[in-house]
Amino acid sequence: MTEPTEESVRAEVSAWLKDNWDPALGLVEWRLKLCESGWGAPHWPKEWYGRGLPVKFNAIVDEEFAKIGAVGVAKAGIRTLAAATILAHGTDLHKEKFLKRILTGEDTWCQLFSEPGSGSDMAGAVTRADKQGNKWVINGQKVWTTSAHKAQWGLLLARANWDVAKHKGLAYFILDMKQPGVQVHPLRQMNYHASFNQVFFTDAIVEPEFLVSDVGDGWNVATTTLMHERRGADGLRTWATASNAKGRIYEEERAEIATTMEPYKWYPQRAGRVDLVMQRAKETGKIDDPVVRQEIAKLLIMSKSAEWTARRARAAQNQGKPQGPEGSLGKLVASNVARQAARVHTYLTGADALLSGKDSPMEGVIAEILISVPASSIAGGTDEIQRNIISERVLKMPRETSVDTNKPFKDVPRNIVSS
Amino acid sequence: MKFSFSSEQEEFRTGVRRALEARSPTTEVRRLMATDAGFDREGWKKLNQELGLTAIHIPEAYGGAGFGYGELGIVLEEMGRSLLCAPFFSTAALGTTAILNAGTEEQKQALLPTIAGGETTATLAFSEDSGLTEAASVALTATRSGATFRLEGSKSFVLDGHTADLIVVLARRPGSEGDEGLSFFTVEGNAPGLDRKLLKTMDETRKLARLTFNGVEARLLGSEGGAAAPFAKTLQQVIVCLANEMVGGADRLREDALAYVQMRMQFGRSIASFQTTKNKAADMLVDVELAKSAAYYAAAALDEGDDDVPAVASLAKAAASEAYLQTAIHAVQMHGGIGFTWDNDTHLWFKRAKSSEILFGDANYHREAMMRHWATPLAV
Repeated sequence: MTEPTEESVRAEVSAWLKDNWDPALGLVEWRLKLCESGWGAPHWPKEWYGRGLPVKFNAIVDEEFAKIGAVGVAKAGIRTLAAATILAHGTDLHKEKFLKRILTGEDTWCQLFSEPGSGSDMAGAVTRADKQGNKWVINGQKVWTTSAHKAQWGLLLARANWDVAKHKGLAYFILDMKQPGVQVHPLRQMNYHASFNQVFFTDAIVEPEFLVSDVGDGWNVATTTLMHERRGADGLRTWATASNAKGRIYEEERAEIATTMEPYKWYPQRAGRVDLVMQRAKETGKIDDPVVRQEIAKLLIMSKSAEWTARRARAAQNQGKPQGPEGSLGKLVASNVARQAARVHTYLTGADALLSGKDSPMEGVIAEILISVPASSIAGGTDEIQRNIISERVLKMPRETSVDTNKPFKDVPRNIVSS
Repeated sequence: MKFSFSSEQEEFRTGVRRALEARSPTTEVRRLMATDAGFDREGWKKLNQELGLTAIHIPEAYGGAGFGYGELGIVLEEMGRSLLCAPFFSTAALGTTAILNAGTEEQKQALLPTIAGGETTATLAFSEDSGLTEAASVALTATRSGATFRLEGSKSFVLDGHTADLIVVLARRPGSEGDEGLSFFTVEGNAPGLDRKLLKTMDETRKLARLTFNGVEARLLGSEGGAAAPFAKTLQQVIVCLANEMVGGADRLREDALAYVQMRMQFGRSIASFQTTKNKAADMLVDVELAKSAAYYAAAALDEGDDDVPAVASLAKAAASEAYLQTAIHAVQMHGGIGFTWDNDTHLWFKRAKSSEILFGDANYHREAMMRHWATPLAV
């Protein structure tokens, strides 16, 4: 067999689409054909719904899909992290049971990692997994769980051994969310939205075959999930743009995307809405205030330089150069930009910034910026953690001396909770 | 090439860096900055001719290498790193750029080949005692006298003005004001009636002079009364050059401070292991990399002739002004007590950061300039 080339892949996929694409099909029906042919996830292995193609060909396949308006597999949401983790660490049983329903979009997933007592220190999880008979019994609490109220399945990190060091006692499970021992409550944020959940486990059960890692190897598996989360952080959302074409399959896809994207609707405001600044400055007349002009200019300098830095990183990547320092700064820079943008929006808005909702400018968008920006320097790794990552990985500075990694986890001090 | 350098450019950078590391260690910087001239004429001529530095952005038709601001920016960034004491910025970024923008074909043929060849040093004299960069602030007059002109008045803050072989002077027709009646002239450094006084500068690696013109005979450069536009263009190119020089210095300071905290032990451990130090180092990297992106983008925008060059040039200068000074402040702090001593080299770059922050307009000035272009003129 000859090596696939850009041309051969393009020819093959377009021929297949020509023969098979039918917008009159149901969404799941069509996606089952994608699973069967491997064109829904061409970089996946042939035996698991893919074609074993190098990942670089995905863009070409996507282009051919876009050309004729063909719908792809379900790509948005935590389900993509579940798929990546199962492909890397799961058993054949896991792959058999879950992968196809991830691609068809029939199953929704959630990620049960963060806890009230462990955010940045995620390996400090204290949700318990105790073996009773041949089953695992789960007790504890998770938080910041996107889509938990809709999910059939959860990716769970829990502590199965308290007598070894922090990272060594964790196990990674697939948990059935629809069982009496799992309770999901929405978590209301300071900006009124409830995009996340708290999940409580009271003797929730995991069947033995749904342990993904060996006991003690859970952190390693979680690292795979987190790596894919970081790599795809924006992809999880930007991929999910619905076509506005007419037809049953498009309607079904729009409904799916609307559900998946619901929790993220305030995310543009979280990033500060730099795009609104100049227009608002002109409308409010503050464009003539020399002090405000300085603050706007600081913001534009920061956001333009950030954009150019990201493009330098991409250019280096495209040329196959080793990643320079410019590739690791985006998250930290984005929260600097968001903070300055919120400052500028406040200056532009004056007393109206005291108001909220419909009484505030732009139907509440401005108010939403001001109370959503604080999330940008926390979610997905706080600024402090980002600075540590930059200083350790890019600048090769030593890690802070650790006090909790060389003793049994049961002896590590935990949060002091007053009763 | 707004977001990357070609492999030829990378190779060129490596060559320049190696040469400057060899020729401009801080012992040499300290020796030269203590002299009145501020550079070693023979040593500079040799280095310049070996690497073809002042030829870089001069077109081949005038004896140059025909490269653009991308390549000039690379040289300047490396000079900013090494603090090379030489009249390069004054000759290449200031004098040459003004001649390229304003000169007639014959004048470029006459003036540029010896600059490209390294025989002639040059500069541009535009600011006066007010230190302002606006053309409207020019008071020095040029009065026609037969085929030439006579200059009366003074210029100040002239980069290498005390040593330049050729001085391009911005002057005005008597009685004119604003952008009207402005012309460029060329004057020999040793012209009769020209008094050149070296100013004592805070940044000793950057020599400034005050020039007094008492009826100095001068030749018109370009068209009489038409200097406002080429001068404005020159300033945009000059601040992009400076921004590129500045990010080189900032990156060097950042690296030196990082190397220092890695080896400095306190409380039984490397101070680089304290998160307060690590967080500062991460912020320094962010500041410098963002300013680099802006400087590189602006140099490429000049080469590509973008419409928003006036805004992008000011953006790059404002970004570099803030980033370089902030990096210098952090660098002194990270060194602790020794960072405040004369013997430690940090102050050499701290002072360069300070002088560069102010030269040709500080961050406030250029933020407003950027807004004038991108938003609206400020209503008065």
